[in-house]
Amino acid sequence: MSLLSVRDLSVKFAMRDNTVTALNQISFDLAKGERLGIVGESGAGKSITGFALMNLLSRPGFVDSGKILFQGDDIAQMSDAQMRRIRGNQMAMIFQDPMVTLNPVLTIGQQMVETLMAHRKLSKSEAEQIAIVKLREVYIPSPAERLNQYPHELSGGMRQRIIIAIALLLDPQLIIADEPTTALDVTIQADIMELLLELCETNKVGLILITHDLGVVSQMTERTLVMYAGRIIEAGRTREIINDPQHPYTQGLINALPQQTAPGQRLKQIPGNMPSLTAIPNGCPFSPRCEYVQDHCRTEAPKTVQYTHVEVACHEVHRLHSDKAEEMNR
Amino acid sequence: MTAPQPLLDIRNLEKRFELDRGFLETLKLRGGKLVQEKREVHAVNDISLQVAPGEALCVVGESGCGKSTVARLIAGLLTPSSGEIHYGGERIDNRSRRAMMPLRKKMQMIFQNPYASLNPRMTIQQALEEPVRYHNPNLSQGEIRDKVADVMRAVGVDPSWGGRYPHEFSGGQRQRIAIARALTVDPEFIIADEPISALDVSIQAQVLNLMLEAKEERGLTYLFITHDLSVVQHFGTKVAVLYLGSVCELSDTATLFENPKHPYTRALLSAVPQLKDDHPNHIRLRGEIPTPINLPPGCPFESRCAHANSRCQSEQPRPQLQPDGALVACHAVEEGRLDG
Repeated sequence: MSLLSVRDLSVKFAMRDNTVTALNQISFDLAKGERLGIVGESGAGKSITGFALMNLLSRPGFVDSGKILFQGDDIAQMSDAQMRRIRGNQMAMIFQDPMVTLNPVLTIGQQMVETLMAHRKLSKSEAEQIAIVKLREVYIPSPAERLNQYPHELSGGMRQRIIIAIALLLDPQLIIADEPTTALDVTIQADIMELLLELCETNKVGLILITHDLGVVSQMTERTLVMYAGRIIEAGRTREIINDPQHPYTQGLINALPQQTAPGQRLKQIPGNMPSLTAIPNGCPFSPRCEYVQDHCRTEAPKTVQYTHVEVACHEVHRLHSDKAEEMNR
Repeated sequence: MTAPQPLLDIRNLEKRFELDRGFLETLKLRGGKLVQEKREVHAVNDISLQVAPGEALCVVGESGCGKSTVARLIAGLLTPSSGEIHYGGERIDNRSRRAMMPLRKKMQMIFQNPYASLNPRMTIQQALEEPVRYHNPNLSQGEIRDKVADVMRAVGVDPSWGGRYPHEFSGGQRQRIAIARALTVDPEFIIADEPISALDVSIQAQVLNLMLEAKEERGLTYLFITHDLSVVQHFGTKVAVLYLGSVCELSDTATLFENPKHPYTRALLSAVPQLKDDHPNHIRLRGEIPTPINLPPGCPFESRCAHANSRCQSEQPRPQLQPDGALVACHAVEEGRLDG
């Protein structure tokens, strides 16, 4: 049985007189200890997916239909009390900005001890011992002293390490990391990613990594979902998606990276913008920007099909593939 | 062959920001005694750079390394604490605001956040016309309108959208408008401070292409500030790597990426997440960037460098010219202590 199984999940936002669809029938699975990347640009629905999995959607957002099965139980149907037992305990979330997650008026120690004592029957000194062990695991120097420090006394990279330590406090089964290193510098980002990878591997923790950075996904994850306008448009093994993407949007996204073009040459750009949720085009949401577009793309939403080694939602994927093969032969 | 006259010549530029301004703020309690001390942030330390016409010099570094301060000093938005800035052979750092005005036409700046750089209460037509009218007082209204429409078309913004306000545009479109505004006065030099960092990948490509086109068609010279090394490799002809306000390495883009020499440059390059490589081989740095308040006497990178020795602690390295033309400020490179 997979750790997490999402089936036809739709999330909508209530507007004054109608609703907009933020997530449109997404389905995916995560095995125990597996690392999954969710990539896409802003407005694709990546963060909403993370929030929905943690049952953190707040009004006007709501789960319209579908199931989120975590170890067999449907998160979408759980009461707040049931959810509190899971959240932080069996699944934890890491956000982009550590200053938003950490309470600025409590010391690091208070925040860690509070989390531990809320879920386990522990004395304060036992909880502190566990906190110190966890801080050491994320390579924080002199962990015992850090317990008495406030978040503002630490650097950005240090804060994000503490967030990771807090996320791992109760040995969760699943960590959802939403752009965990976007606010950090490159050298610090590399350290944090290495740490996260190491901890997930040694503790057999599942990871859902939400990011816009294809490089990070390529280094960190085993499988990848590519999202566009609230849908999963391509899913498969990360290496295969990076090396041989099938959906025109995924191809465009990878080809648009500067390292894919010789220096000084024009980059291969995708024309236009991601549609806003209030104006998602009929048919395939990518059709207005797609170079392979046909008439039926504009009217009929593509179904997800298995194609070569990936699952892809595109009407024209066969043609696209033969075009590519022709190009190779030439 | 003599080197062409640089368009921009920065000599020994320094900028320090005082943290304690009033007399009372300078009083500190140290070991039970009241002492007077002034703390300063050393944002830029002794930087010398030249930019030749038609070049695109990229300045890279992590947050707090002083790259934006350099941009603001050149644009005249900040006054240097010492050192000189020459533009087209004339010294510009000691000019009054009024004397800077003719230069503003030649030198334009693009900022990171297009939300903040466009006035939300002006239509984009007004925002684009204003600099043209200011710098060309003898143009008629019709000529101004034509010029603005030309530039709008050049950056891929429909001139019929002129009556709209900035909030009606997406981030990428807004950055195009910000670029259009910089181009309306026909500048020769553009200072771009992280112009694409706030944008999505597919939009980044659009904006970067636009800047490349402008470079070729208008013969622009760029000073491009960024933290993204893949953009540097694509866009820059020369790269300056900054760390804590000092240049650690300055060389041609191709040379820097093929053969990085400074330990910091190597660590920086190795930290970029790659698409293809399955096994990252990233050089771990010790600790994090120290604060630029009261800098150590030696090499600024010493506290994180794996090759540091006692000389690095006490003596600041000077930039040394390498056989392949790179300038590297590192004792270990100078002494051949790295790999050789």
